[in-house]
Amino acid sequence: MTNEIIQQKLTEVFGEQLTGWETPYDMLTFTAPRDKNIEVLRFMRSEGMGFNFLTDLTAVHYPDRKDEELCVVYLLNNMVERVRVRMKVYLPVSNPDIDSATPVFATANWLEREAYDFFGVNFVGHPNLIRIMNPEEMDYFPMRKEFPMEDPTRKDKDDAMFGRG
Amino acid sequence: MTDNTHTHPHHHIKLSEESLQKQTTTINLGPTHPATHGVFQNIMEIDGERVIRTTPSVGYIHRAFEKIAERRPLYQITTLTDRLNYCSSPINNMGWHMTVEKLLKINVPKRVQYMRVIIMELARIADHLVCNSVIAVDAGALTPFTYVFQSREHIYEIYEEICGSRLTTNIGRVGGFERNFPAQAWEKLDKFMQSFPKVMKEFEDLLNRNRIFVDRCVGAGPVSAEMALEYGITGPNLRAAGVDYDVRVAHPYCSYEDFDFMVPVGTTGDVYDRYMVRNREIWESYSIIVQALEKISNIERSDPKQKEIFYAQEADHFHLPPKKDVYTKMEALIYHFKIIMGEIDAPKGEVYHSVEGANGELGFYLISDGGRTPYRLHFRRPCFIYYQAFPEIVKNGLLSDAIVTLSSMNVIAGELDA
Repeated sequence: MTNEIIQQKLTEVFGEQLTGWETPYDMLTFTAPRDKNIEVLRFMRSEGMGFNFLTDLTAVHYPDRKDEELCVVYLLNNMVERVRVRMKVYLPVSNPDIDSATPVFATANWLEREAYDFFGVNFVGHPNLIRIMNPEEMDYFPMRKEFPMEDPTRKDKDDAMFGRG
Repeated sequence: MTDNTHTHPHHHIKLSEESLQKQTTTINLGPTHPATHGVFQNIMEIDGERVIRTTPSVGYIHRAFEKIAERRPLYQITTLTDRLNYCSSPINNMGWHMTVEKLLKINVPKRVQYMRVIIMELARIADHLVCNSVIAVDAGALTPFTYVFQSREHIYEIYEEICGSRLTTNIGRVGGFERNFPAQAWEKLDKFMQSFPKVMKEFEDLLNRNRIFVDRCVGAGPVSAEMALEYGITGPNLRAAGVDYDVRVAHPYCSYEDFDFMVPVGTTGDVYDRYMVRNREIWESYSIIVQALEKISNIERSDPKQKEIFYAQEADHFHLPPKKDVYTKMEALIYHFKIIMGEIDAPKGEVYHSVEGANGELGFYLISDGGRTPYRLHFRRPCFIYYQAFPEIVKNGLLSDAIVTLSSMNVIAGELDA
């Protein structure tokens, strides 16, 4: 099962809804609309596609992308065909709701809790969406880019010194 | 009940109705219980000896590695990976180097790849030895543990000769190694290869058919193949359930396709199967090292100049040049300065690379925006993912089975929390 065949099969079912097709470093990557993530995951898991293993689920924060600041990344694995596929779903940070993947993959449980804990992605329908690493009373999402690593008043640790800004 | 409104929510355990009425008992397994072998907690509801419900709680040693990595140049992240699964740090180090090499499109020479394979397989042996002997410890037998630790010590001495440290190794560099293996390292490796089979054989003789051990392990904490896939279990725990998924075979890296080895699988996925799969894998790792040594000596015989090759020439911008050259050659001095001062930008890209860690698929998801540091780095930590299956595995079993199940799953707190 090559990347082209996977792309073709997905396009047959979902047509223009899936966008952003690319293959960085040989891994097929595409973007699914926010309300279709579970439908696509179920299709990927079905007999014909055979992606029955959720390898990873995480989030990324892009503060500069208007209305799609948060990105949820799913990494699916077809162990028989030995091929992996990456699916992305973009969400606005002002309304970070997305359907939980726990009904499709039990693995998603803690991974979604982690993404919630660090990025504040709200997985709707998750059985137990509470913080996993950080203390429960924490009121911010520390992996978002607005929280710098260092004390911002220190000039010697300016971003410019670290190849940024 | 006392008023809990002012206490820290973490310190307040909500007891269930059955527990309050003294029908069941709520106990804490962890955070500092000897059987957790690390800092994490399980709040267990038990009825006599039977486990009714388990609520795991993790994050006690969370160190925000993913956040820290966003401010570190690529080669400084290796030290963070040391502290994931610290029982086999070299595998994590190499996995990270390979991720960066994939991003930079650096080709590593065969000799270096085989040297890496040797180190990674030694690390796998050390990790499996710890895990398997600890199952015996938790089942009440201390002798095998103290016995195989001698071999683990030999492996750590080999690391020490190569990189100077033992536990958090920071071994190797992007593109290869910081220097060639010294003669002492090869000598110690030879000594280990000669002494280890006897030790391993004896270890297996002590436990494999030991009536008490077998009775203790067979049927405890079984995992079916379906359940293992559903919960994202990888590594020996998945193979013990009968799924022959090994990253070294499915997505070969570091020239693993050149080696001839078996992927052992179990059937029932219980503690005994997990133990046996690891034992078999130790022998396979041993055979891979033998093959790697032979391949290296073939390379050196056909081209003696190869003996001096220990890193990829094209990794110049990321590999610190030898100290001798820094003092005498201008280019080397410039690269040294640029690397240390963090003047070098990584290319833009999005990479996922995974290696077969000692306890499962260890993945690195690296997004680079063209800056010096990663834009985002995510570690796919195998035991964080499979540990969530623990409550399901031990449910309705005996408390003492839960203890051996926990040790047979090889949950490493450093990797759990990252």
